[in-house]
Amino acid sequence: MQNDAVLTMRGICKRFPGTMALNHVDFTLRKGEIHALMGENGAGKSTLIKVLDAQNAGISTVYQEITLCPNLTVAENMFIGRDPGKSVHWKEYEKRAAAILDGLGIPARPRQELSRCSLAVQQMVAIARAVDMKCKVLILDEPTSSLDEKEVEMLFKLMRDLRARGVGIIFVTHFLEQVYEVSDRITVLRNGELVGEYAVADLPQVELVAKMMGKDLNDLADLEQVGQKSLGGQEVVYDARGLSSSESRPFDFSIRCGEVNGFTGLLGSGRSESVRAVFGADRVTGGKVQIKGKTVKISKPHDAMTHGIGYLPEDRKRDGIIADLSVRENIILALQVMKGFFHPMSRSQMEKFADEYIQALQIKTASQDTPIKSLSGGNQQKVILARWLLTHPDYLILDEPTRGIDVGTKLEIQKLVLKLAEENMSVTFISSEIEEMLRVCSRLIVMRDRKIVGELSGDDLTQGHVMKTIAGGEQ
Amino acid sequence: MKQKRKAFSGIGQLIIPLVALSLLILFNLFRDPGFFSIGVAVNSSGNKVLSGNLISVIDSASELAIISMGMTLVTAACGGQDISVGAVGSIAGAVFVKVLLGASSINGGIVVLGIIACCLATIAFKLFNGALVAVFRIQPMIATLILYSCGRSIAYWISGSATPQLNSPIISAMGMTIPGIPVPTPIFAVILVGLLLALLFKLTNTSLYTQTVGINQGAARLNGINPILIKLLSFVILGVCVAVAAVIGVCRMGNLSHKTLLVDIEMDAILAVAIGGNNLGGGKFRISGSILGAYIIQMLTTTLYAMNVPPVNVKAYKAVVIVIIVVAGSPVVKSKVTAMWNRLRSGGSTAAVQKGVRG
Repeated sequence: MQNDAVLTMRGICKRFPGTMALNHVDFTLRKGEIHALMGENGAGKSTLIKVLDAQNAGISTVYQEITLCPNLTVAENMFIGRDPGKSVHWKEYEKRAAAILDGLGIPARPRQELSRCSLAVQQMVAIARAVDMKCKVLILDEPTSSLDEKEVEMLFKLMRDLRARGVGIIFVTHFLEQVYEVSDRITVLRNGELVGEYAVADLPQVELVAKMMGKDLNDLADLEQVGQKSLGGQEVVYDARGLSSSESRPFDFSIRCGEVNGFTGLLGSGRSESVRAVFGADRVTGGKVQIKGKTVKISKPHDAMTHGIGYLPEDRKRDGIIADLSVRENIILALQVMKGFFHPMSRSQMEKFADEYIQALQIKTASQDTPIKSLSGGNQQKVILARWLLTHPDYLILDEPTRGIDVGTKLEIQKLVLKLAEENMSVTFISSEIEEMLRVCSRLIVMRDRKIVGELSGDDLTQGHVMKTIAGGEQ
Repeated sequence: MKQKRKAFSGIGQLIIPLVALSLLILFNLFRDPGFFSIGVAVNSSGNKVLSGNLISVIDSASELAIISMGMTLVTAACGGQDISVGAVGSIAGAVFVKVLLGASSINGGIVVLGIIACCLATIAFKLFNGALVAVFRIQPMIATLILYSCGRSIAYWISGSATPQLNSPIISAMGMTIPGIPVPTPIFAVILVGLLLALLFKLTNTSLYTQTVGINQGAARLNGINPILIKLLSFVILGVCVAVAAVIGVCRMGNLSHKTLLVDIEMDAILAVAIGGNNLGGGKFRISGSILGAYIIQMLTTTLYAMNVPPVNVKAYKAVVIVIIVVAGSPVVKSKVTAMWNRLRSGGSTAAVQKGVRG
């Protein structure tokens, strides 16, 4: 039945310390097809590609970052390292390169230095190199992420040409529209497991999003509430107009007193970058910010802290914990910084605060002196949460506060958020799990490709609506 | 159990240097019971002073101990070391001598002025180092290599002659002993610098911020700390330490030799920080460890000289002992020893504690 398959993988497993990166994944690539490999970050796409690439059997991979030598010519890049040990005939290679480039319609000259070509052309040269090596399978890992629309069109034309020649192409991207533009089939991975393989025509965009997120569209029953959602009062605590940072495009955003809202969207859609801009974590490049009606300037985290904003970062290990310091020092850190360099707290004061929050959040630790790095992930997260609660912020930003922690602690954190809102704290809550967002947020801001594409509240807050907004399009 | 952990974690880092120091003392006691005898002698200026190997060790380690304290902070904040302390010390000495010789006579006021000028000079040079490290994110060793190689030339250029002499009772009192006080003055300088640092840690958040920046600079920033300022601060403190050490060095000799003042002290200071159990990659630190490290290094040198080891061979013997100390304090050996220790101490109870922590 699959005699036209150029590549068949069955039951692929790959284990990294602590995780199963691939768990019995099957994958089939047919001759002359463009096959999209989809999944959120960490779903196992890259691992699968690397497993494939290691086979070294007519498989060529073009990675997101160009892996050619920018200071060599186009022809040199296409032929370097091809026939080790043999003498090199550059004249002949240049002729062959010219023929290939011409045949594929790539606008580059063989003797041109690669760094003088546009990114798209560099990408295409990498593909040309792969094609000339007579590869039957071509893997393109996020090839379009740094290209503009016109360049993407050029690349797609080249991909279609190659498909017509019988090359099987694996296309990895996070741009949903692009998948539907060029692909024939889609394989979806989630958490290292195969979700399924589909013909593009059989899988509407919204269902693709649902599959990537691990939801079944037919099974979107209303979720049990953990507590009463808070709509918030009338007073606007934080308001930004045209806020932008080095990592995010300009956007408008505001939150009222006691409101819980959230940013949602696929990973990489720009939701974390938006809240980082609010907190001044990245370089702020523009926009007008008002706190309780007063115009303020927030250009670094310290500014945000003095205006009563707290921020629990997405990557706990990288940005949250101070690994070698004790639980106590990790808890008091933000408050201590707010008190100032010349006003150190007394030891007994620190111990009192630490004890108070270890009790209140039920942090499991041998003692206050234990380094935070020896706590479990959930307890580390509670320590960071304690750090910000101790500063009694008016507005608390929680980016993925429940990632990688057990279900019980997740529920505790959700309940805590609702309780804080009841006490008039404004909270922005970000999570990859939509159920969780629906449970705690009374308003959701939906992002796609680094832009806000919708805002949902009230009766619109259902999984179906959220996913449709994330997916976009008519589907 | 809780109490025990507390007490234990406090000095954990100091175990290796304390053991090393005790072994050196024991070795010397066996070798020559008189090694530690302290006598009273009359020095060249006619003062009654304490004498003996122990006094000599503590006295001659003063410059190293002071610079090690500053080096500890730079190491903790920047995750790297300053190799220009010797060369900048030489500049500091030249500035000090220049101010003193510029005056008609050497009196208390002019010495204070000299010390202030000397501090300002080192702070300026260290801010240069610090800016390269903190603002331009150049590796500390590379950033300080520049002054390491040209510092002594600058010193010569400032002093303008090979070895300017300083002859004054004030100078000898500062470099050796104050009449009527039998303890060498440099020892008081170490105590003074130590107390000032302790005061700084007590009145400000220097210690917490430095460790936070050293462990996780990005997270430090997200908690409102300015890593650049903290790194610059560590260099400024090191600068003051270098100035004090340079003044002691000049006063001890009674002249300025730009080629030999504080020569090679950068390597010994880094070593002292390492022997003291501090992570050379930055983060948590303990100044007391580095001070212990400095005295261990000096004790080792004095011991070797007392054993009549020829000066050319001293460095080789020193190297062997230092390799042993550093390996004993390495993470690999530490974890092996801890595991063995845990097994010896009725394995069950410690396993329970470990579990409790993760739970």
